[in-house]
Amino acid sequence: MSAPGPLRIEAEMPLREFDLALAVEVAAGECLAVAGPSGAGKTTLLRIAAGLLRPPSGRVAIGEEAWLDTAAGRDLPAERRRCGFVFQDYALFPTLSAWRNVAFGMRGPRRERRRRAEQLLERFGIAALADAHPGSLSGGERQRVALARALAAEPRALLLDEPLSALDPESRRAAQRELHDLLEELRIPVLLVTHSEQEAGLLADRIATIDRGRIVSLEALRPGGDRPGR
Amino acid sequence: MRLRSGFGLFALAAAALAVAFLVLPVVAIFADVSPGRLLDALGEESAQEALWLSLRTTLIAIAIVIVVGTPAAYLIGRRRFRGRALVLTAIELPLVMPPAVAGIALLAALGPHGIVGGWVEDAGLELVFQTAGVVVALVFVSAPFFLRQAIAAFAALDPRPLEAARTLGAGQFRTFATVAVPSARPGLAAGLALAWGRALGEFGATLLFAGSLEGVTQTAPLAIFSEFSRPGGFVSALALSAVLILVAALILVGVKLLGADRAVEVGPREESR
Repeated sequence: MSAPGPLRIEAEMPLREFDLALAVEVAAGECLAVAGPSGAGKTTLLRIAAGLLRPPSGRVAIGEEAWLDTAAGRDLPAERRRCGFVFQDYALFPTLSAWRNVAFGMRGPRRERRRRAEQLLERFGIAALADAHPGSLSGGERQRVALARALAAEPRALLLDEPLSALDPESRRAAQRELHDLLEELRIPVLLVTHSEQEAGLLADRIATIDRGRIVSLEALRPGGDRPGR
Repeated sequence: MRLRSGFGLFALAAAALAVAFLVLPVVAIFADVSPGRLLDALGEESAQEALWLSLRTTLIAIAIVIVVGTPAAYLIGRRRFRGRALVLTAIELPLVMPPAVAGIALLAALGPHGIVGGWVEDAGLELVFQTAGVVVALVFVSAPFFLRQAIAAFAALDPRPLEAARTLGAGQFRTFATVAVPSARPGLAAGLALAWGRALGEFGATLLFAGSLEGVTQTAPLAIFSEFSRPGGFVSALALSAVLILVAALILVGVKLLGADRAVEVGPREESR
């Protein structure tokens, strides 16, 4: 996978209680945490980036390629953006087994997809559950399947919507360490919505705090974190 | 619920009465005639023809209802649009329409002198007194049963797996076929059972729109009435009825098995936080 360049999102959108007006940039290989109270517009930002929500005015681009440019009348549908999305409750396909969930975004013959899906499940330590359905998996296992599924499609950016909030404290600590190691490896822009400052401190390079649709603060969390594209 | 109370006993009696009343006529059909005479009556060519015609026409009608109705129900179930309530009411209207009225309405629409009857003729289609007309009548009366259930099933789907599919590169059709339809399967199967059962029992609309020609438009319910009207034909009518009950029961059981969840659990389990 070639380095895709930074993810830039600018959007203006009237919401029920306030007008959202956001502009963020995440470098390739960087993780930007997005924090703020419930209903501040964090998930809305991710949905705009992924193409699940279209703002009346805005621009979303990865490197030189515009996914959305309302001024130019461009709006690439979600299925053509290759933008990985891990939903808060994982949104696994309930009728498909774990490996089929992971293989959903892959191309190629069945045997090859199964092999690659199993490799990914192995990477997340749940290869033994390849044939299990989501309904029989624990929260931590589902979270891993959801991550593996998003990465299997070789995304050009990764959006994580409170990926650890559905876990009990013990599995959350383990999942944080795993996610930390994974983010170190990834060479794509990562946006992480989180409620937890501790989580942001562990996983992210910078943290943007959003309130009522605006960025109220933007801080570097680790050395070099204020220089996108470290 | 506690049964040893005044209301408990009343509810128990009501349940017993309801089950007995619904089961008694079914039992009577099989009890009234010896199996030997039933088999003899079924040996008649007209009876076999009627059953075969019923099977063929309901299968074709149900196939049309599924192929057209499933994507239509997905659209109506998943989108909010102006006039949606009106569309839903229009779809459900045939449910409460007396079958004879449905037959008259089909004649007024598609018959030789109907408002689009000219187009039907120009297209080279003959419906009145033809097997194709039976299929049209069956689709008209059975489609609402499927559509209603299918719309409700699609409307109740968790939207996030559908969105997840799109972020994974699946276009609208693939999302529909591989995520939405399997997740809505129990509701779709229930609608299918109701629609098929309704089509199998169709009488009035078929009679008025397509007539009752032996071998062409005389389905099993029409043949039952025809036998019943003939002196000495009661046994044949009973025999055909018995077969229809068996076929309907098979459809119900088969479709229920189809809709039964195996390892599927819809929606995430709650996690302790």
